[in-house]
Amino acid sequence: MPTLAIEGLTTRFSTRGGTVTPVDGVSLSILPGQILGLVGESGSGKSLTGYSIMGLIDPPGRIESGSIRLNGRELSGLPPEEMRKIRGNRIAMIFQDPMMTLNPVLRIDTQMIESVLAHQDVSHGQARALCRDALERVGIASPDERLLSYPHQFSGGMRQRVAIAIALLNKPDLIICDEPTTALDVTIQGQILYEMQKLCAETGAALIWITHDLSVIAGLADTVAVMYAGKIVESGTAQQVLGQPRHPYAHALIASAPSRNPRGQPLKQIPGMTPSLINLPSGCPFRERCEHATDACRQVPPVQSGAGRTLRCFHPVGTAPEARV
Amino acid sequence: MTAPVATAGVPPILELQAVSKRFTKPLDTVDRISNVLGAGLREEVVHAVDGVSLAIQPGEVVGLVGESGCGKSTLGRMAVGLHSLSAGRRLWKGVDIAPGASQRSRRDRLAIQMIFQDPYASINPRMRVRDIVGEAPVAHGLVPAREQDAYVEQLLRQVGLDASAMRRFPHQFSGGQRARIGIARALAVKPEFLVCDEAVAALDVSIQAQVLNLFIALRNQLQLTYLFISHDLGVVRHLSDRVVIMYLGRVVESAPADTIFSGPNHPYTQALLQSEPKLEVGKRVFIPVKGEIPSPLRPPAGCHFHPRCPKAMAHCATERPALREVAPGHSSACHLNGGG
Repeated sequence: MPTLAIEGLTTRFSTRGGTVTPVDGVSLSILPGQILGLVGESGSGKSLTGYSIMGLIDPPGRIESGSIRLNGRELSGLPPEEMRKIRGNRIAMIFQDPMMTLNPVLRIDTQMIESVLAHQDVSHGQARALCRDALERVGIASPDERLLSYPHQFSGGMRQRVAIAIALLNKPDLIICDEPTTALDVTIQGQILYEMQKLCAETGAALIWITHDLSVIAGLADTVAVMYAGKIVESGTAQQVLGQPRHPYAHALIASAPSRNPRGQPLKQIPGMTPSLINLPSGCPFRERCEHATDACRQVPPVQSGAGRTLRCFHPVGTAPEARV
Repeated sequence: MTAPVATAGVPPILELQAVSKRFTKPLDTVDRISNVLGAGLREEVVHAVDGVSLAIQPGEVVGLVGESGCGKSTLGRMAVGLHSLSAGRRLWKGVDIAPGASQRSRRDRLAIQMIFQDPYASINPRMRVRDIVGEAPVAHGLVPAREQDAYVEQLLRQVGLDASAMRRFPHQFSGGQRARIGIARALAVKPEFLVCDEAVAALDVSIQAQVLNLFIALRNQLQLTYLFISHDLGVVRHLSDRVVIMYLGRVVESAPADTIFSGPNHPYTQALLQSEPKLEVGKRVFIPVKGEIPSPLRPPAGCHFHPRCPKAMAHCATERPALREVAPGHSSACHLNGGG
């Protein structure tokens, strides 16, 4: 059974400027111990997908429809008290900026012990021991002393390690990482990726890794889903999506990477810019930037699935025109 | 890039000779009173840039790579003249440009322009595009005031923006368009040399390629020379003729782009290349470099990289390795290369 199965998740925000749908019919599933890479540009709805799973959507936003099942249990529509028992316990989230997730005026031990005691029936001393072990597991030297430090006494990479340690405290089934290495340096990013890979294999937790950086995903993920303007346009194994992308957006995104282009020559670029969610073009949201677009694209392309991958496109890359579905 | 790198006879367009930048945090009143009582506090000094020499040939694109806090942005700002030099000399086409405003040095300073990282913070939100781009060339007398509109229009077209952008304010543009406005502003005073400080880092992936293409096109049209500062090795590899790697205020390696990516000499460069995520299909095992980047307030003695270096030897902790040529055009600061 998958750890997490999402079907047709739709999240809407009603604002004065109009109604926007940053998450539009998203379906995902992830098995225990697997890493799913959720890729998209800013505004594609990848972070809000994560927030929707966590039940962190505040008004004016709300989850319109769809089901979110964690180990078979339906989460959407759960009363807030029930959701609270799951959040931070069965599902944990790691955010981009660890300075925002850690409380600057509380010591690390206060913050960590609090999250243990919120979900587990243990003594204060036992909770402290759990925190100590968690810090050690993410590679923090002399954890006993570090427990007594304040967040500002840590470097950016160390803070992110603390955030990861907090996420691991209650041995969650699912960890959602929202761009956790974007603010870090390359060598520190390498360290965090190494830790996460190791921890996932050890604990059997499923991991959703949200990022805009395809190259991070390439070395890390088992499966990849590419989002554009609120919809998953292509998903499949990392091999399939990154090796032979079929959606024109995924294909163009990978082709525009400097490493895929001869040095010093102009890069293959995607024309135009990411559309505003307020006035999306009708039909396929990518059609105005797409070189394969035809009149058919004025309709919303249905999800085609097969061989473990899904695709939302009338004219996938790599099919002869007459063979187009 | 296939570069028209100058021959030996031509002086470098910009040369930095052993430049250093120190930032000092002076003692405040409380500290001075504590010192009277015998606290023994001293001023804190950060060596942001520590004796760096860099010569850039006309038409060359030099990529400057390093992690945060290594001094790459400070060096870029020194190259433009936004920071004064604590030590060393800055030569423009072989002539020393000290801060002292002779007419000549004013013109020279216009020839070096900078493009900043943040397309949101580097543009005045209360000015219209026609003034953002057109103010400097009019003020410096490059363009008569009545031709300002036509001049701005032509610049906007050059960077791929519509002429209707002229009357609009920065908040009406997307990040990619704002980056283009920043580029147009830099080009407005007809520079020969551009320092681009993380110019594409804040942009979305699909927009990055557009702006990089603009840089390549402008370089070919206007014979520009670039100092391209970035932490993104992929971008630097694509654009640069020569790559300079910095670590904690010092240059550790400098070589032609092909050489540095195929045969890095310095252990830090090797670690950096190894940590770089690559767009290759298939899981990989990440082999992390140990340790954190030390604080530039108290850099390690000897070679700055030795506490993290897998190949560190005893004298790495005490002796600073000199930047030595290991092959023609390829220099590296590491004791492993031998020599005294």
